[in-house]
Amino acid sequence: MATRPEQLAPPEVFYNDTEARKYTTSSRMVEIQANLTERALELLNLPEDGEPKLLLDLGCGSGLSGESLTECGHHWLGMDISEAMLDVACEREVEGDVMLSDIGQGLPLRTGVFDGAISISAIQWLCNADKTANDPRQRLKAFFQTLYRSLARGARAVLQFYPDGPKQVEMISSAAMRVGFSGGLVVDFPHSTRAKKYFLVLMAGPPSVNSTLPKAKGVDGGSESNEDDVSEDDEGATVEFADRQRHAKRRRKDGKRGKGRSWILNKKRQQREKGVEVPADTKYTGRKRKARF
Amino acid sequence: MRLLTHNMLACNIKGVTKGYPLKIEATKTEEKETDFNAGFLRHIYPKLDWKALREAAASLGLEELPEQVEPSQLEDEDFLRRFHHVLLEIHLEEGALVCPETGRRFPVSKGIPNMLLNEDEV
Ligand SMILES: C[S@@+](CC[C@H](N)C(=O)[O-])C[C@H]1O[C@@H](n2cnc3c(N)ncnc32)[C@H](O)[C@@H]1O
Repeated sequence: MATRPEQLAPPEVFYNDTEARKYTTSSRMVEIQANLTERALELLNLPEDGEPKLLLDLGCGSGLSGESLTECGHHWLGMDISEAMLDVACEREVEGDVMLSDIGQGLPLRTGVFDGAISISAIQWLCNADKTANDPRQRLKAFFQTLYRSLARGARAVLQFYPDGPKQVEMISSAAMRVGFSGGLVVDFPHSTRAKKYFLVLMAGPPSVNSTLPKAKGVDGGSESNEDDVSEDDEGATVEFADRQRHAKRRRKDGKRGKGRSWILNKKRQQREKGVEVPADTKYTGRKRKARF
Repeated sequence: MRLLTHNMLACNIKGVTKGYPLKIEATKTEEKETDFNAGFLRHIYPKLDWKALREAAASLGLEELPEQVEPSQLEDEDFLRRFHHVLLEIHLEEGALVCPETGRRFPVSKGIPNMLLNEDEV
């Protein structure tokens, strides 16, 4: 089995110039990160009022995940510990603001301001103790505590990560729970070794009407995946932290990504008819980003 | 980094209680046009620390924002455009953010603030 990058070097060393460039020039990588981000956005379950939101992208790297946020019209603030990755993000002129920050030191943010947070393929790095001063438990605690605080009440954080085993899943999710988050783990494609993806879906603040658990695709009236043979029950979508392994939600979906231009145009028209202000339709509307940079 | 981001940032050095707002030392700013969206401005307005935004704008020598915002102003396109410009179109490219309590400087280079803490600050 290949060695995990987390075991090779600390993130700020591993993600050097070469790695940063490799990352954004691989069209496969671009596609994977875009897919993961779209899924994370879906799980974030933002209000469908057509208004842009203010989001966090934790471990934003070269901005691949952030670009998907921009495509949906949102403003975002990205944090990453690797200068090389952020340099690439700037070269690519991402729309979000990015800053150099170690999320294991806690987020330098005000209280209650963000509408949501995503993190794509980053937080497993917090489980490594690269320096003697790094205590993974303490770093996870600082991270979750400050993340919780920075979110508006009722807002969610969706954190996709690559655990190296069940112990790491446990360590990360219990750290999240301990600071007051509710929520659980959504595992996509649980039976495929390659496609299996872990999303920690967290909610800040007391459970409310809005804290119904992640819905599967297509339930919001979209036509996209009604034809999918997804066996969905909303309740199963989020797994209680305590016995998540046993009841892990099973999802299947086809390979399609994105909702497509016609879906977006239609949604925008509906919003306009409701009197909601939406950006004008242009040739860029719903355009797929080219997988090259 | 835009003033929107500046408005959300606070110093998180261990023990610091008054780490907001960070003072801006600018040696270079840039203007970048971005799409105007009134909905976003109305949405974000209640979450902003207006005083901090006003002071940040003043420290960059930008057009003055009113001390108080009346609800009717959030319907006024003229005002919203000015608000939009200050919040989203001015980028701090080079300079520093300074913690008001400790004086610790967080350098900003190529538009990227370096908020990394030293081990003894965690
Ligand atoms: C696999 S990359 C993903 C980047 C980006 N989210 C994307 O989708 O393209 C993981 C990123 O997490 C960042 N990272 C790892 N540990 C971190 C930490 N403690 N604080 C901030 N970022 C970190 C790395 O520098 C790297 O850029």
